[in-house]
Amino acid sequence: MILAWLILIPFIGGLLCWQGERIGLWFPRWVALLSMMLTTALAVHLWFDGNYNLMSGLSAGPQHVWQRELHLPWITPLGISFHLGLDGLSLLMVLLTGFLGVMAVACSWREIQRHVGFFYLNLLWNLGGVIGIFLALDMFLFFFFWEMMLVPMFFLIALWGHNTPGGRSRIYAATKFFIFTQASGLILLLAIVGLVLVHFHATGQLSFDYQVLLNTPMSHSVEWMLMLGFFVAFAVKLPVVPVHSWLPDAHAQAPTAGSVDLAGILLKTAAYGLMRFSLPFFPHASQEFAPVAMWLGVFGIFYGGFMACAQNDIKRLVAYTSVSHMGFVLVGIYAGTTMALQGVVMQMMAHGISAAALFILCGEIYERLHTRDLREMGGLWSRFAVLPPITLFFAAASMGLPGLGNFVGEFLILLGSYKVAGTVTIVAAGGLIMAAVYTLLMMQRAFYGQARTSEQMEDLNPREIATMLCLIVVLLVLGLYPQLVLNTSAAVMANVQHAYSSAAALPVLPTAAL
Amino acid sequence: MTMPTLLPPQLINPLLLQMIAMLPLLITSATAILVMLFIAVRRNHWWNATLTVTGLNLALFSVVWVGLIVHTVGPVQVTPLIVVDGFSCLYMALVLGATLACATLCHAYMEGFPGNKEEMYLLLSISALGALVLVCCHNLASLFIGLELLSVPIYGMIAYAFRLQKSLEAGLKYMLLSAAASAFMLFGMALLYADCGSLDFSQLGQDMSMGIKNPVELAGLAMMLVGFGFKLSLAPFHLWTPDVYEGAPAPVSAYLASVSKLAIFAVFTRFLIFSQAVHSGLLLHVLAVLAIVSIAIGNLLALMQNNIKRLLGYSSIAHFGYLLIALMAGAISFEVVSVYLVTYVISTLAAFGVVTLMSSPYQGKDADALHEYRGLFWRRPFLTAVLTVSMLSLAGIPMTAGFIGKFYIVLGGIFAEGTDFGNLWVWSLLAALVAGSAVGLFYYLRVVTTLFLPSAGMRRYDAPRDWGRRFGGVMVLALAALTLIVGLYPQPVLDVIRLSGETPRHAGSQQVHYR
Repeated sequence: MILAWLILIPFIGGLLCWQGERIGLWFPRWVALLSMMLTTALAVHLWFDGNYNLMSGLSAGPQHVWQRELHLPWITPLGISFHLGLDGLSLLMVLLTGFLGVMAVACSWREIQRHVGFFYLNLLWNLGGVIGIFLALDMFLFFFFWEMMLVPMFFLIALWGHNTPGGRSRIYAATKFFIFTQASGLILLLAIVGLVLVHFHATGQLSFDYQVLLNTPMSHSVEWMLMLGFFVAFAVKLPVVPVHSWLPDAHAQAPTAGSVDLAGILLKTAAYGLMRFSLPFFPHASQEFAPVAMWLGVFGIFYGGFMACAQNDIKRLVAYTSVSHMGFVLVGIYAGTTMALQGVVMQMMAHGISAAALFILCGEIYERLHTRDLREMGGLWSRFAVLPPITLFFAAASMGLPGLGNFVGEFLILLGSYKVAGTVTIVAAGGLIMAAVYTLLMMQRAFYGQARTSEQMEDLNPREIATMLCLIVVLLVLGLYPQLVLNTSAAVMANVQHAYSSAAALPVLPTAAL
Repeated sequence: MTMPTLLPPQLINPLLLQMIAMLPLLITSATAILVMLFIAVRRNHWWNATLTVTGLNLALFSVVWVGLIVHTVGPVQVTPLIVVDGFSCLYMALVLGATLACATLCHAYMEGFPGNKEEMYLLLSISALGALVLVCCHNLASLFIGLELLSVPIYGMIAYAFRLQKSLEAGLKYMLLSAAASAFMLFGMALLYADCGSLDFSQLGQDMSMGIKNPVELAGLAMMLVGFGFKLSLAPFHLWTPDVYEGAPAPVSAYLASVSKLAIFAVFTRFLIFSQAVHSGLLLHVLAVLAIVSIAIGNLLALMQNNIKRLLGYSSIAHFGYLLIALMAGAISFEVVSVYLVTYVISTLAAFGVVTLMSSPYQGKDADALHEYRGLFWRRPFLTAVLTVSMLSLAGIPMTAGFIGKFYIVLGGIFAEGTDFGNLWVWSLLAALVAGSAVGLFYYLRVVTTLFLPSAGMRRYDAPRDWGRRFGGVMVLALAALTLIVGLYPQPVLDVIRLSGETPRHAGSQQVHYR
């Protein structure tokens, strides 16, 4: 039942916010903050309460155990149930969601002045939907939450976003985001139903349940088609380069909380989906597809990096760095070794925090300077007291400075991938240089050089400093003591790696077996 | 499962059983006649509306009773023309429910109508009667009777606001084209009769399922398809749809989009599926092509619309394209069709309901321009919520009933009989579904966004302030709630549909059992 509460608290909080606006503008803000803090607290409680390294003692291959599970019938004739489950990976993702949710609410405290209640309704429902994605163990339920988180995000961008003068409008960005994700979602639906059909033909049992659908016998071509269906949907969300074009627009036009949500959490749902569903369901096809996916990842790393260097809008720059970092994630996932997968988890957490922080800082700069154009900035170091050093800290994180979480993530990914795909790893490592280039370029153009005027700007207020401190502390902990996170996800990643690499040992079913 | 019937079947005289099975039809006819007499005696809008609604409600309750009886004793054949079975009862209930919804909308709308208001209810009742006949029919003769009973009053309803040029034009357009379509259908029926020697659906179906043997049969079937295609606004017979939807008064558009399409698709389904005619390969291919063209045309032409009624008209073309895919799903097609129709009717009525409430009471032209809805959220948040939910449902977003319908179509398409993954037709239909839905998102989202934008300038239209406390408003809110509930917990609806499909049927159709 506690799992259901993880999802319900944001939903109910959102409804309270919407209706509570008539009490006063302060009411929705506090209710939203308290809801997300409560959700995070619940997740932390689950973390301390569970034993996530149960698997390390087993020798005969890891058996997957869910720490908490909730299984209710929903649409029984179709084999659809309301099945939630928590293991190490989902817990970490839920923790990240809760924490970044608190940050998102905190950073939009003063930024949102119009229709505050409705704003927090959308934000909290988005977060609730994302938590649902991380907990769902029934394919229909997963798809349900996958699509459901799009609508609040659409409203967030369309109603409270910014219009760049001389650029695209926020409605354009929101519509593009929605159509890209929804269309790929429909392909995911076809793949899910296809998988269910294959399972039905093979075993006579109609079920959408994750555990039941694992190890479905299927022929080679069928496995490839379904794997591609799943991959397309996750690729659009990750984003993988050919289908990434919704991301820069969505980030540039979204309000700060929206960007925090989008970069910190929504992108991670795609990586989660690949690890939880794509690899275990279709190990053979994934193995064979791995070189393609990894080279796409590498291409994304460099493409994101180059495009970032060319941007004048600071938010678009950070958006492209997200594309670049997610390229590493894609490489790590398809490398499939335990070390690489652990690196992926680290990278997801650390990138979530550093990207969120950078977007919050961009939002704070925008609030004070009323521009996001790098050509208008310069020499900001002398005009702010606390903002520039904090930005330098997170820029260094994005660059992969050791001691911070991103370094651990990228390092583990590269180390883990070297054994299975040496060339890819060597080329990907070059992306680290790109990271340094675009980060330092951003810092130099914004903060160093000649200042336009020498007037001192209003610095970060205590609320904003507190937000930043939380993010700094967490990122430092991730960087200096990553074992906390790695311990929690070890068993799950071992499982994924086992499923993935044992596929090489298993014989592929002949086509006639279907 | 035994159910109470309130009447031990062994003791009933077969004639009495037939009369009971006909009860919904009898009650609706009585309502129509009573309304007519009442208009002659005293003109009073409220009394006439109440009389109509009471009669239709009585008919709805009788459908539930008849449904329980039919579930126990099996289908009841009332004259060779009509069969009352589970399928009929389900669709009779749907027709009556939708007609009641339209009646409440009419009541809100007609308040301000200059001229005679009461005849609208008379026409509505007669048309509903025609729809009821259609969903029960099992014979080409009753098909034609039901069709004409349904359509002729609609001519009058569309042209009701005849002082407006658009309304009169729409009515005339629909009348001429509908008459031509009925002529096609009649000719097709005659050719089929000439070839097969029987007007009964099962005989015809068995004849056709062996394959189309001669040109007479082919021509007959083609002509009937033309007739059906017109009524269901399938491409390329769709040209009347946007103009008629735009010109008709808003509650009449609601009726046209829901009940008329519902009844005709029900009889189309019965004609094809229950009579096994759908198993003839050529027919399947023709339907597949019609489906793909309808999806393409409906979605693409809706992109440019800035009139919400025309937009809904084009979207209904696309929706019936999706629905045709369901007909090819083999054993479960009946269930898929029913689920999709239920969800479609709920969403469409909600959308048209909002348009009607915005245009109530009647004040000349309807509130159908999209810019009239700009910023509606800041004036009427709950009405906007209703329209948003209905648009999202038509687009097929999860958490709404429309998603359940789309999901069933995907299920139906993928589980289609005899499918292997090399089956090109199935995959092209599903690809059309995905592409069409993606395109459809664009214009549905445009409507939703418009509702939330800050409004600029003066608005001429607005729903009355107390819309939520009047019958039309309550109905519209209930529909939105129903959309969300069915989207989140569809089990009860699915159970009812499954129940209606499980009654013993005429020989030749299969039953489906899941685990």
